[in-house]
Amino acid sequence: MIKNILIIGATSAIAQAVARDYATQGHNLYLIARKEGLLQTLANDLKIRGAVKVGIATMDANDFSSHAPTLEKAYADFEKIDVALIAYGTLPDQKALEKSADDTIANFNTNAISVVSILTLLANKFETQKSGTIAVITSVAGDRGRQSNYIYGAAKAMVSVFLQGLRNRLFHSQVSVLDIKPGFVDTPMTAHIKKGGPLWAQPDAVAKDIIQAIEKKKDQLYTPFFWRYIMLIIRNIPETLFKRGKL
Amino acid sequence: MQLTGWGKYPTIESLVYSPCEISSISSKILDSDHLIARGLGRSYGDSALASHVISSLALDHFIAFDDVTGILTCEAGVSLASILTTFVPKGWFLPVTPGTKFVTVGGAIASDVHGKNHHLEGSFTDHILSLQLITADGSILECSKSSHTELFYATCGGMGLTGVIITASLRLKRIHSAYINETTIKARNLDEALELLDANHASNYSVAWIDCLATGQSLGRSLLMLGEHTIEGGLILGKAKKLTVPCNMPNFLLNQYSILAFNALYYNKQKENITKRCVHYDTFFYPLDGLHHWNRLYGKNGFTQYQFVLPKAAGREGMTAILKEISASKRGSFLSVLKSFGPGNANYLSFPMEGVTLALDFKIEKGLFELLNRLDGIVLHYGGRLYLAKDVRMSEATFKQSYPEWPTFAKIRAEYGADKYFHSLQSTRLGL
Repeated sequence: MIKNILIIGATSAIAQAVARDYATQGHNLYLIARKEGLLQTLANDLKIRGAVKVGIATMDANDFSSHAPTLEKAYADFEKIDVALIAYGTLPDQKALEKSADDTIANFNTNAISVVSILTLLANKFETQKSGTIAVITSVAGDRGRQSNYIYGAAKAMVSVFLQGLRNRLFHSQVSVLDIKPGFVDTPMTAHIKKGGPLWAQPDAVAKDIIQAIEKKKDQLYTPFFWRYIMLIIRNIPETLFKRGKL
Repeated sequence: MQLTGWGKYPTIESLVYSPCEISSISSKILDSDHLIARGLGRSYGDSALASHVISSLALDHFIAFDDVTGILTCEAGVSLASILTTFVPKGWFLPVTPGTKFVTVGGAIASDVHGKNHHLEGSFTDHILSLQLITADGSILECSKSSHTELFYATCGGMGLTGVIITASLRLKRIHSAYINETTIKARNLDEALELLDANHASNYSVAWIDCLATGQSLGRSLLMLGEHTIEGGLILGKAKKLTVPCNMPNFLLNQYSILAFNALYYNKQKENITKRCVHYDTFFYPLDGLHHWNRLYGKNGFTQYQFVLPKAAGREGMTAILKEISASKRGSFLSVLKSFGPGNANYLSFPMEGVTLALDFKIEKGLFELLNRLDGIVLHYGGRLYLAKDVRMSEATFKQSYPEWPTFAKIRAEYGADKYFHSLQSTRLGL
């Protein structure tokens, strides 16, 4: 069956890899992102790979008033959305944000509040539709606050808890809600970080995990899988010890 | 970040910029006077190493495809693997492919890579209809055999030294099946191997694995592999293999005894003189791609691949001289590949010329470069040259003697101002 897939933050590396896999399987895609030129490039690419119908719309997630009209445009094109994936976010410079409350709030707006806004709109659509999957890329960073990355982590944690509630609410409407928690992924977002070593994953591998988790209607996905165990340990270190550490 | 080539030698600290959009490249060029574009980093030596690197990996989109003519336009960071994944099921194949599919289109153009069908189809850029290049001043030029002709010939095989290749159009080739009929023929020595390569000129694909440690009567004993696309079998993709060499192996793993044993076993594995089988294209073209990070087998000091070509007339004599030198040195190569080339093309720095080419892997260790310098002497004596995509140590004099069109190349580079910005460790070493 051909599905309609909506991706918000479609130009992110993981989102592009997900879109490609869906396109290769012949599904339809609706892509939303900030960069218009790149969206057009993606649309051409996905059609060549096998997508029959590819719609695009530009939107800045930080412009909250644009959320509803942009989603309306997507629904005007695609009547029904089977899978909605929210894949955008920024990895802030923690040290810089610590110096500015304004910048910290702005980062929460991007990584958390705007996502909550979009989820609120999508949830109502999916609730009446009574089928489909809402999937959001959060992060393993949301599992525990750490001195090196807690602003990003707190924003992601907010989304994760919101998703828990949403999952509970939408379960009764046969809608699945998937919380995707990637570890370190080799993407432009992490370009400035020194890479290498077994913990780093490629976007393609993460995308395959995501698509499988959506198909299996999973609630939560750690990707690659071993992050589930790493985070299990990190979550369970007693706070009296953890606070002394430098993670 | 730390960067190295496929041979893991040398390693340098480099600033890597990965643009997501073509439009953001131009402004980066003026930031550095030692800049080179890089794809998947499969060139063995130092040709994609510089203090500043523009990675093409996020520029990996298909732009247009004509399913009547097979003409594909794509961004330079698209890998050959992703072309195969998308187009084999639709009945199209690469016109020319090197021994790994993990290279980008941009890299394949810059190195003008060749494959098992060079004797009939030429090299990769012979199938490039046009390309777009960002030059030193930031402008985008459309280059082909009829537009910015000289720049086109300089860019094809030009090792990234004319600018940043951003898109290319190439013509794919029709196939009916993803399978190849493979014929393997034993050759008892070099003479037989060269004769067989000649005799099977009409074969679509041909290559010989050669035991470079065999001596005396068996010098140059080989297994010649021929291939033809089949009609039957279906347009199916290969299953991704998951074997990975997890870390650098100890330096002693590949030594003269283990390599001697491997080569002898490999040669004697086949009992009959001729065997035939039908294999998937992944098995035929990319046997090593199934083993991720195989370059780690050579240990942390890395390795180099020495690939040279000798003109046809000098082939037999020159090849014998070189094989004797190598087997006497006991520095064996795990994978040594012999192949005959058809005529070269009009690019100024492309490697292939009509004749025979041999590629050998050597672990980097004490005394190796002295041996390779001696081999350079023999290669030059017979009028041959080394492949820039593999080279990591040839001297400026060797390069300039064996690539006679380098002054034209340098002149065109200067005309477009590329010599002020685009350099790699290799180009500096070679005096370009």
